Amino acid sequence: MSTKIKDATIPHIPTSARISRWIGRNLIRIYAVFAFTYLFIPVAYTFAFSFNDSGKSNLIWKGFTLDNWQNPCGAPEVCTALVNSIKIGFLATFFSTILGTMIAFAIGRYSFKGRSTSNLMIFLPMATPEIVLGASLLSLFLVFKINPGFWPTVIAHVVFCVSFVVVTVKARIASLDPRLEQAAMDLYANERETFRRVTLPLVAPGIAAAALLAFSLSFDDYIITNFNSGTLKTFPEFVYASAARGIPAQANVIGSAMFFLALAIVITGQIVGRKRKVSA
Amino acid sequence: MRKIRTPYLLLLPGFAFLFTFFILPIMNLAQTSTQTPVGGGDTGEFEQTLRFSNYIDAFVENKEQFGRSFVYATIATLLALAIAYPLAYAIALKGGKLKNFMLILVIAPFFTSFLLRTVAWKQILGEEGFVVPTLRTFGIIGDSTTLTSTSFAVVMGMTYNFLPFMTLPLYASIDRIDPRTLEASGDLYANGFTTFRRVTLPLSMPGVVAGTLLTFIPAAGDYVNAAILGSPNTKMIGNVIESRYLKIVDYPTAAALSFTLMVVILILVTLYIRKAGTEELV
Amino acid sequence: MTKESISAKGDLRLTRLTKSYGEFTAVDDLSLVIPEGSFFALLGPSGCGKTTTLRMIAGLEEPTVGSIHLGTTDITTTKPYQRPINTVFQNYALFPHLTIFENIAFGLRRRGIKDVDAAVSKVLDLVELPHLAQRKPTQLSGGQQQRIALARAIVNRPALLLLDEPLGALDLKLRRQMQIELKWIQKEVGLTFVHVTHDQEEAMTMADTIAVMNEGQIEQMGSPADLYDNPKTAFVANFLGQSNLIKGTISGNDGDSHIVDVFGQKISLQKNRSHAVDNSIYAGIRPEKFRISRLGTPTSGNILTGGHIEDVSYIGVSTQYQVEMPWGQELMVFEQNDDGVAPFSKDEEVNISWEPIFTFGLRGDEDATAGSEVNPEELDEE
Repeated sequence: MSTKIKDATIPHIPTSARISRWIGRNLIRIYAVFAFTYLFIPVAYTFAFSFNDSGKSNLIWKGFTLDNWQNPCGAPEVCTALVNSIKIGFLATFFSTILGTMIAFAIGRYSFKGRSTSNLMIFLPMATPEIVLGASLLSLFLVFKINPGFWPTVIAHVVFCVSFVVVTVKARIASLDPRLEQAAMDLYANERETFRRVTLPLVAPGIAAAALLAFSLSFDDYIITNFNSGTLKTFPEFVYASAARGIPAQANVIGSAMFFLALAIVITGQIVGRKRKVSA
Repeated sequence: MRKIRTPYLLLLPGFAFLFTFFILPIMNLAQTSTQTPVGGGDTGEFEQTLRFSNYIDAFVENKEQFGRSFVYATIATLLALAIAYPLAYAIALKGGKLKNFMLILVIAPFFTSFLLRTVAWKQILGEEGFVVPTLRTFGIIGDSTTLTSTSFAVVMGMTYNFLPFMTLPLYASIDRIDPRTLEASGDLYANGFTTFRRVTLPLSMPGVVAGTLLTFIPAAGDYVNAAILGSPNTKMIGNVIESRYLKIVDYPTAAALSFTLMVVILILVTLYIRKAGTEELV
Repeated sequence: MTKESISAKGDLRLTRLTKSYGEFTAVDDLSLVIPEGSFFALLGPSGCGKTTTLRMIAGLEEPTVGSIHLGTTDITTTKPYQRPINTVFQNYALFPHLTIFENIAFGLRRRGIKDVDAAVSKVLDLVELPHLAQRKPTQLSGGQQQRIALARAIVNRPALLLLDEPLGALDLKLRRQMQIELKWIQKEVGLTFVHVTHDQEEAMTMADTIAVMNEGQIEQMGSPADLYDNPKTAFVANFLGQSNLIKGTISGNDGDSHIVDVFGQKISLQKNRSHAVDNSIYAGIRPEKFRISRLGTPTSGNILTGGHIEDVSYIGVSTQYQVEMPWGQELMVFEQNDDGVAPFSKDEEVNISWEPIFTFGLRGDEDATAGSEVNPEELDEE
């Protein structure tokens, strides 16, 4: 004989109340959707107009074409600018990552006199407006009769990237469990081997993130580059210069391609990172 | 890990580099700011005369742009805070499994070039875009009102471009809050709004401080947004410095302006940090 | 020094070992010999210096004063990677970026051993986890990680294996199982184990010899039975199991026993189980040695009358009583529920009795609350 719940009542909530409750609980999620849409408007616009059959001036929609994507270097100077940006980006990333990682280890690992001053030294470039960084470097180069160009730009980029590298790597070092290095030494690894086989592999993701950050900061920089690049043009400088007469659609193509490439890299990094953490 | 020399050796290359290419240039900037043009010399020739009145001249002539820069930067920072805080809150406390993905979505737009984005806004807000005609149709703005070349557009561009700098520190700070403290607050008779005001907001202050600093500092010195989205009426101090350096070749004035900008920002930042009480920012 | 120290073996000898951090002394003039091949436990509450001592033996901390010898080799200042000593860390400290196989092989590789397969498989079999070789540490449960941490240390056949509260993070059943397994492994492999813990039951289950530490010093060292049956200080009496300490005065002798006056009643204790230095003494009896009886029932041995049952706790295996004596002290009694007799009830008037040989005697000037968590005001109310 089965027992049935006969007289128990299910609480009755009127539909209007249900809707307003749902909105109340999800208000912030609805907001987030709007916020994300807002964030992506210019990106979507750029992507859409990369397909514009625009000729030289990409201001009004003229028609859909794949030509721009098939011929991304079609507009004059676009690809030169892109290549410059990439070259400078790699060099700036290389140097700032090495210098920054060394500083991060020094500050993050050791207590020594002048540690707080060092922290301050790293904070200063981040607190200085880019225009001051760019202009002051230009002044210095002029005093030494060095003309603005490729290497001055690389140097300028390293200056403002180093601090960001230090902060990123330092955060990673701080999260390292010191007992792992003690375990390594307990298991017959001397200081150098411990660093090579335990410390470095564990800090590596932070260094990689810092390098990625440095590259994107360098690639996207306009202000500091403007002061120190002279006749050389990077991709942002190219876009700025052509903004008045209309940016060629090829620039949109490159911008969109960079977006998708970067997105792919970040998502891959996430998936790989998650695979490492799968629990049984 | 016990050698005392190691940290200094590690710091040496980086700090030598920063000294040469950061400290020295700033010192040189200070030195340039008190020079005057050589009488009868070429453009770009200056001599050191310790003319401190350069500062006064430069400031008086450009006080409008100075003021505008700080006003725009402040408004943009506040707007960014208003937009970013609920977003960071949503990701941190309601994101669940999609947290990381949502963070990527926040940063992703900034993989497109900053200039492309700003130019895109110029075109979206311009006559050929979809915003202005729509607003005109609904009678929200008049037929002669334009959105580009206005201070509105400049501030809007700045707010948009600095959003990730505001969102990420906010997220990091809110994410650190133990959700059980929020539950405890409810258990102790606080409604949603009170919990936010008395628990969530105070606990997220470090993120608010970091985010506003990371937004305000670059915003005050920015001039790209003003150049692309604004007009001669919306010139910021950055525009002035750029033209003085690269077009008019008036190095002493430009240097004086740069130095003033830097010092003012440093003072504001120091006061702000003291008031907000954050010790370790870096 | 390197070649010599890495092959050192023998008894571990700590001589006058001291570790100070500025004003604070964590380990205070400690001297100790741990025989080769034994299972040794360092037992004490948190902050007593046991972990610091262990880390000095491992080489992860340098002593301020004193020396450490392994056999005839002085290893006081040698680096951790030069000592034939391995540690099982409290949180396991498995390398998250290496597989289980590589974690275990780590020490072997650093010592230049090329062919690691055989040794690693053997030790994985020993801890019964051969199928996990290619996994990563984050994919393992707590119990599995603990066994891998053990395997990683044992595979190196160190002269000394140090265990820093390795079972702390495991749940009760798993902990009990691991205690038995660790003891078995130690006998199998024949290494010297030094186990640091704050859990006295764990120490007593596993160790051949226990050293009880308090505030940087050793209070007493001996076999579990020694320490339990004949504690020398109130700390040891209270920290290891539970004790009833009754203040009294030695009023006379009877052959090889003292007669002790406790608040007007007389009990006896053997002279060779007394550590008193003068007439004042604390008579100590373990709660399970007490027998409760109703007034009028015949009893033998030491007898204390005038007890009044204040609290009864039925625990299944036993019943625990708090009995208030005429002088205000509450004595703890554990009675096994092994004879079908109904437990006593609250407010009953009872006598307490026990065999005199179970009494131990502590110095009268001891702090009777040392090592226990009992509120000092509950004891000694005159």
